[in-house]
Amino acid sequence: MKTIISIKNLSKVYDSGFNALKSINLDINTGEILGLLGPNGAGKTTLISTICGIVSPTSGEVTVDGFDIIKDFRKTRSIIGLVPQELTLGSFDTVWGTVRFSRGLFGAKRDDAYLEELLKDLSLFDKKDSEIRMLSGGMKRRVLIAKALSHNPKILFLDEPTAGVDVELRKDLWKIVNVLKSKGVTIILTTHYIEEAEELADRIGVISNGELLLVEKKVHLMETLGKKQLIVELKESLAKVPSSLDKHNIEISEDGMHISYTYIVKDEETDMSEVLQEITNSGLHIKDLKIVQSSLEDIFVDLVKEK
Amino acid sequence: MNLMAIKVIYLNEMMRFWNTLFQSVASPVISTALYFVVFGSAIGSRIENIDGISYGLFIVPGLTMLSVLTQSISNASFGIFFPKFTGTIYELLSAPVSYYETLIGYVGAAATKSLILATIILATANLFVDLNIAHPIWMVSFLVLTCVAFSLFGFIIGLWADNFEKLQIIPLLIITPLVFLGGSFYSISMLPPVWQKVTLFNPVLYLVSGFRWSFFEISDVGVGVSLFMVLVFLSICIAIIAWMFKTGYKLKQ
Repeated sequence: MKTIISIKNLSKVYDSGFNALKSINLDINTGEILGLLGPNGAGKTTLISTICGIVSPTSGEVTVDGFDIIKDFRKTRSIIGLVPQELTLGSFDTVWGTVRFSRGLFGAKRDDAYLEELLKDLSLFDKKDSEIRMLSGGMKRRVLIAKALSHNPKILFLDEPTAGVDVELRKDLWKIVNVLKSKGVTIILTTHYIEEAEELADRIGVISNGELLLVEKKVHLMETLGKKQLIVELKESLAKVPSSLDKHNIEISEDGMHISYTYIVKDEETDMSEVLQEITNSGLHIKDLKIVQSSLEDIFVDLVKEK
Repeated sequence: MNLMAIKVIYLNEMMRFWNTLFQSVASPVISTALYFVVFGSAIGSRIENIDGISYGLFIVPGLTMLSVLTQSISNASFGIFFPKFTGTIYELLSAPVSYYETLIGYVGAAATKSLILATIILATANLFVDLNIAHPIWMVSFLVLTCVAFSLFGFIIGLWADNFEKLQIIPLLIITPLVFLGGSFYSISMLPPVWQKVTLFNPVLYLVSGFRWSFFEISDVGVGVSLFMVLVFLSICIAIIAWMFKTGYKLKQ
């Protein structure tokens, strides 16, 4: 797949001395949705802001569609749309006015038909003459998306698009993102909602303390780093795990009615039949079995903890 | 060059002017009328003619300059400060727009508003006094240069300010006193010699003097010196803005 954004050794040290990005290397492919996960202050917004031109990099190189973001800023910025984290809109502007302003700012010729279609897609058309201050938070979020898409960008940055929005709107925004992806738009999504990245992203990048800890295909990440847990419900309460099961690091629940075995799916040493056989051989009577898979959130927490 | 961006920034700024048209027009008309009532009629009737010009007529250029200077600064500073304050500046910074295109859009709109305002003030003044302009081309040139120069100055203040107090402090504590002490309402020849020399350090004197010359062919300093000083002020503002843009001062982190 063709690379549309290439980041090489990108670092950012703010005037205060805070090192927000530490030699980031990342290639983003055309048409993919990349989810950038990280705790608050990890560097997600700085990374996005640098690519979009809001923050100056301290060192390193970023190209967008083959063009340098500083030397060829007109070419790179004209194909990028940005939805910021904060609801930053002029209160007295109308929806139509502000979206048209954005389109003009990006040098695109007036195209009312396209903007009408865009507002309809975002369920904003009936609000087009409303002043921004009269809109709900969710509607304002949609206006920000409309502004970002007003010049028909190839790349869309969504900086925490669902922060503080209700579940219904979140689901709506997910639908919008999926529609954009189907149209070939490359989407970079920062979030600290793991569920969001799990739902939308093709690949996941994890940032912590300005470092890109990993970038993996979501499915691959879940397979390689995802843990599963076999939970065995026993017929009778157990005081202590039999010593014959020590090598499997089996844990016992407080009431002694459950034992659990944690394993990595892709681990060569994992042999479920052997584990079950040994549990049976140790004289335990199995009442029921359950397997629980770790979520992306568990993976993320483990990764950040490790670092 | 992103002409479309310049156009939308300019029109967006002008829209604010039209949206508050009553306030934009009524305020200068009322304040000009008040100045004429107080200085022109009440006090002016007791003041002798200055260089053969009645006092009411004499103050017209100064009065126009007072409003043009303060409004140019106010419009331009607010224009760029407001997006910084609300956070909508992100859009300008992430758009394919150069700093100079942004500058043309904002300063162009601020200067246009000031020109409209000056026209309204002069029209209002014409209701009170019989206004004849000796050198209309020079008058327009001085007016345009002043509007642009002080809109640039306002733009600098708008970039520098990070709160409303800073936005107001320079126009309030520096510009207004300079305008009042720069010969807007008197000829510096009416001052004692020492204060005449002190006033020569006030840049506003040169603007008012040159502008007044274009009306009545009388001035405190030579018209060439006035023009030169306006151009110097313009150049200094452009140099400061160029430095601000080059370093990303208060714009980019």
